[in-house]
Amino acid sequence: MTTVPQSPSAPPSAFPSVPPPTSPAVPPPAPPGRPPAVSTRIDTVERAAASPNVPQPWRELGLKEDEYARIREILGRRPTSSELAMYSVMWSEHCSYKSSKKHLTEQFGAKTTPQMREHLMVGMGENAGVVDIGQGWAVTFKIESHNHPSFVEPYQGAATGVGGIVRDIIAMGARPVAVMDQLRFGAIDHPDTARVGGGVVAGIGGYGNCLGLPNVGGETVFDPSYQGNPLVNAGCIGVMRHEDLHLANASGLGNRLVMFGARTGGDGIGGASVLASETFEDGGPSKRPSVQVGDPFTEKVLIECCLELFAAGVVEGISDFGAAGLSCATSELAASGDGGMYVDLDKVLLRDPTLTPEEILMSESQERMMAVVRPDRLGRFEQIAQRWDVEYSVLGEVIAGDRLLVDWRGQRVVDVDPRTVAKEGPVYDRPYARPTWQDSLQADTPDRLERPGSPAELRAAVLALAASPNQCSKAWVTDQYDRFVQGNTAAAMPDDAGVIRVDEASGLGVAIATDGSGRYTKLDPYAGGQLALAESYRNVACSGAVPLAVTDCLNFGSPLSPGSMWQLVQAMTGLADACQTLGVPVTGGNVSLYNETGEPGLIDSAINPTPVVGVLGVHDDVARAVRSGWADAGLAVYLLGATRSEFGGSAWAEVVHSHLGGLPPAVDMEAERALAQLLVDGAREGLFAAAHDLSEGGLAQGLVEACLRFGVGADIDLTGLLARDGLTEFELLFSETQARALVGVAPGKAEERLAGLALAQGIALAKLGETGGDALTIRTLFAIPLTEARAAFEATLPDRFA
Amino acid sequence: MIRIGVVTFPGTLDDGDALRACRLAGAEGVPLWHGDANLSGVDAVILPGGFSYGDYLRAGAIARFAPVMESVIAAAHGGMPVLGICNGFQVLTESHLLPGSMIKNNHRTFVCRETELIVASTATAWTCDFASDQRIVIPIKNQDGQFVADDRTLDELGATGRIVFRYAGWNPNGSRRDIAGIANEAGNVVGLMPHPEHAVELGFGPDGPGGPRTGRDGLGFFASVIARLGGVT
Repeated sequence: MTTVPQSPSAPPSAFPSVPPPTSPAVPPPAPPGRPPAVSTRIDTVERAAASPNVPQPWRELGLKEDEYARIREILGRRPTSSELAMYSVMWSEHCSYKSSKKHLTEQFGAKTTPQMREHLMVGMGENAGVVDIGQGWAVTFKIESHNHPSFVEPYQGAATGVGGIVRDIIAMGARPVAVMDQLRFGAIDHPDTARVGGGVVAGIGGYGNCLGLPNVGGETVFDPSYQGNPLVNAGCIGVMRHEDLHLANASGLGNRLVMFGARTGGDGIGGASVLASETFEDGGPSKRPSVQVGDPFTEKVLIECCLELFAAGVVEGISDFGAAGLSCATSELAASGDGGMYVDLDKVLLRDPTLTPEEILMSESQERMMAVVRPDRLGRFEQIAQRWDVEYSVLGEVIAGDRLLVDWRGQRVVDVDPRTVAKEGPVYDRPYARPTWQDSLQADTPDRLERPGSPAELRAAVLALAASPNQCSKAWVTDQYDRFVQGNTAAAMPDDAGVIRVDEASGLGVAIATDGSGRYTKLDPYAGGQLALAESYRNVACSGAVPLAVTDCLNFGSPLSPGSMWQLVQAMTGLADACQTLGVPVTGGNVSLYNETGEPGLIDSAINPTPVVGVLGVHDDVARAVRSGWADAGLAVYLLGATRSEFGGSAWAEVVHSHLGGLPPAVDMEAERALAQLLVDGAREGLFAAAHDLSEGGLAQGLVEACLRFGVGADIDLTGLLARDGLTEFELLFSETQARALVGVAPGKAEERLAGLALAQGIALAKLGETGGDALTIRTLFAIPLTEARAAFEATLPDRFA
Repeated sequence: MIRIGVVTFPGTLDDGDALRACRLAGAEGVPLWHGDANLSGVDAVILPGGFSYGDYLRAGAIARFAPVMESVIAAAHGGMPVLGICNGFQVLTESHLLPGSMIKNNHRTFVCRETELIVASTATAWTCDFASDQRIVIPIKNQDGQFVADDRTLDELGATGRIVFRYAGWNPNGSRRDIAGIANEAGNVVGLMPHPEHAVELGFGPDGPGGPRTGRDGLGFFASVIARLGGVT
């Protein structure tokens, strides 16, 4: 679990910038060894106070010298080894957001207006944001990264990524109803991509399919920049009645602290600090022991147990165990509560009895939860836990005062102010600067690239894009995930957005889509953040849902590299500004840094900066959800939005010329808003037989996908549009101009109505032709039989991975 | 109203879907708990899909020893209609109510697809409402869905009309002789890998002749058992 302190209401950091090392003097770090050092004598608070100069392994635990000094300053003594373990994981980049917090607050915090908060029940700062979707229902959703572990151990890294995000959602008091994943792998033909890609997909399926949660969408992208740093982002949506909202705080003097679920083992120790918050280096010790191991069956039972506990009303507060394990759960619960907390570590149920207190506090063993329970309700809690054969143990209770006290073998090993651990970690204002190579990258426009001209060349380009790793069918991936379970999936991939029914009686439901272009963002990070939002917003609107809220997962390079830091700040700023224009709030999110393995400062040091943006929309009745392709012949096909010649970062430039340069497509958030309004209004009236957004690959790819969705062709005539927009056939077919969508409507009255809506929104409207037949025909240019298009579209991934 | 029990084991996933399907088909769905041998007087039982006990040993191998299964096995021998779906089918073979077994899919990956089935026998409690050789579209989703048995058993199943469903065209898991589902001698116990409970409601099932997500062929299973039990749909 990582909390994103993005809310302006979050307590001001007691510690805005890191002071230079101060007294007490910092002794030299201990020699490298298995962190943390296992002491034969228990390192008690008393002993720590009496032995200020004992060398401690703060460096091995990922702390910087000034951070260690700060801990000594806070405590007025050296930390015990247990306290050092807690601070080291909680002050890690992954848990404390120390490099991004300043900008998260300045951008998302400051730019979220009261009007944007209209539907927001819980904003940033909790496990996940909560959005009011009406009729007494609330939805919570979030995306988290599990990038580093998934490179070290693809199957378990991805599996536990799913498990972690699902527990985040449960910890809000919600029933998880769907998952989706956003994947970025290296070049599809690189030998290691089969290991990482195959392992990750198997891990997501192997874990997710056992939880009974439909997987309704996601992304799979291949690019050499992710070769040593694959991105595995996992998202989850949960629903609840308004009154069932639970927050992670420990309040109420005497309330018991109950740990339940899986036992605690030695797996994942230092996962957040040693693994997720550093770059990979050759020659270092294997970080595999830092990867957690998942048990989906235990998670499934834990989900049902939690839901029954919520229903029975026996839980006052609840927290999951994610990154930083017990250190995080205890310090965050206590820091958010109204009292102190006492914990007896001997009560923790162990898988490995030889674990030291430091290891127990750092372990990231999966499938564990912590509940705050009133003493008079413990009996009921035990009944429910026993019914599901879930192990539990009362670790301690909420006490008077404001200290977090932890005992081990009857001796005090932790005595800290939990706020200094969980909420008042270091905040850095990292230096950032526009990379020196940015200008030359933007100057290298696609204009010099040779363009197809003849009909045969254009036809070949259409098929080349359809078969390319990033435009081809992802069915090989998505067919390994259960999309039917729970019986509420109204739409899933390959439709533009996943649509889930929330209320069986009324048909009320939600749509969710996620997008993020590393290529666009590399060319212009500010625009890239906005374009990621624009596409997912468009996708949700294409399904007919009203876009309501945003979550993000920002995957970037090292915060210690000014260039990568600049990309992060630019993308955040662009995203926050775009959210303001559209009036949708960012409800929370996740930042994954250190996705960088190359020599610092070079154009290819880090991954393509990848802000993954998810948009949540609401359907008053999912029965009206619109498909991304036409299922019937005789429909009129229209293009919404004007097209300009825009090829920077385009799929055509990538597939045909392996080129990345110039500027990404222009951003026009007002146009996006108008288009979304038209799509939503039309869907409400049942106007659209199909609606599909245009993005990578442009009109050509959009038409191929819309035809292949249900195997119904189209007869298209572009002559009118070519004249209107003053473009060549090539430009019209492959440009990636934003704020455009394809729609299919019944001939006659519906066409008139569509024209009326377009006029009202000031959106350029052009009739392209009609559906039918078994080929995609572009008059005067070429025809592609759907069998040929499908072969190209569907063979790529199976040929590589099956 | 016909009462159909739906068993929940730890790790069962499709119990809610099966209960909804009973309701949509005009029966009363009755939740049954693995640890409780009491069948609550139901007229029929469904063992739904999922990963009971994580399937960490062998799919269905542990669930077969749950207290509720003693009652289900006894009731099945007494003629009560029992339907095992996916993991439920695996539980039925582990319980020796049905022959053969399921191993990992021949392509070794989990597969979730809409599959076309041929109804090879309408002589069972769960298929009597279908037309013989009727083609139906039912979603499939499994990891261990490859039905295997020795040739003598397979020959016997064929000769005695106990092969109830065959995969039409594409065989999604390498099952012997394209077998998707089978029945016991009496025809009251049926097991299949595909998921009829996922093809019962407009808008949430597979694509059908009526358009995207209009497939409701799964309702035939419930209509059959309701008719067999003398209820009205």
